[in-house]
Amino acid sequence: MSFSQTKDASGVAVLQVEGQLIVGNRQELKEMVQTALDRGERRLLIDFSRTGYIDSSGLGALVSISKKIREAGGELRLSGLNEDLRSLFELTKLDTLFAIAETPQQALASF
Amino acid sequence: MPSPLRLCVRRSPASGGSGAATLVTLRLPSEVECIEEAVELVTRHCLAGHDAPHKTRFRLQVVLSEALSNAIMRGNREDRGKWVHIRAELGPEVIQLVVTDEGPGFDPAAVPEPIRPEQLDEANGRGLYLIRKLVDEVRFNEQGNSICMTLRRP
Repeated sequence: MSFSQTKDASGVAVLQVEGQLIVGNRQELKEMVQTALDRGERRLLIDFSRTGYIDSSGLGALVSISKKIREAGGELRLSGLNEDLRSLFELTKLDTLFAIAETPQQALASF
Repeated sequence: MPSPLRLCVRRSPASGGSGAATLVTLRLPSEVECIEEAVELVTRHCLAGHDAPHKTRFRLQVVLSEALSNAIMRGNREDRGKWVHIRAELGPEVIQLVVTDEGPGFDPAAVPEPIRPEQLDEANGRGLYLIRKLVDEVRFNEQGNSICMTLRRP
């Protein structure tokens, strides 16, 4: 499991979660987002196209990240959730808290 | 390097009376790095010999990892001197999973519902809610350090 970061042509910071976002690695993602904010990034996309599982700690980390980005005057989009992961967002009503697109391309177009 | 897990599998009469059940017990240390391996091991035993739909596997993985995470982080407070015990009774129709920690226990009724609008922005408190949503029955022991989750096989 790991995270990678790129920047798309329109200047959006794209973070890719590979494998899992769970209690054991959520802190790493939070730190990555904080570093991006410190660098001046204000439009961020977290893509889950290569993510198999997010546990409740990972969901909680996303809530904290979303708050941080909002407080910094930025915007966050999520994309690429498979059916299982989407069901977790729906069960916890977090689908109402986040802007979720089906694909990273759709998410990027929505900024 | 996380400590090794201790797995024990044996056949025994089902507590419900009819048919045989497989009893799987697993003891793991209070280290979050052990959760993934423990979930994988127990899930594999739960589904062995059954043509389980993907949804059942996913539910098992979610509820096990949430129960273990709660036991390690909240129950045992990651105290490496304490253990988490899993007991899985695998019957032909029902899977019963009991996760017990060595902590003081908690009052599950005191955990607020995370889907309330005022709770939605909170970082914690979704694990138990997900468990309740994904299994057929949830019970706790009196002390509140042992959760029993029942899933009916489809």
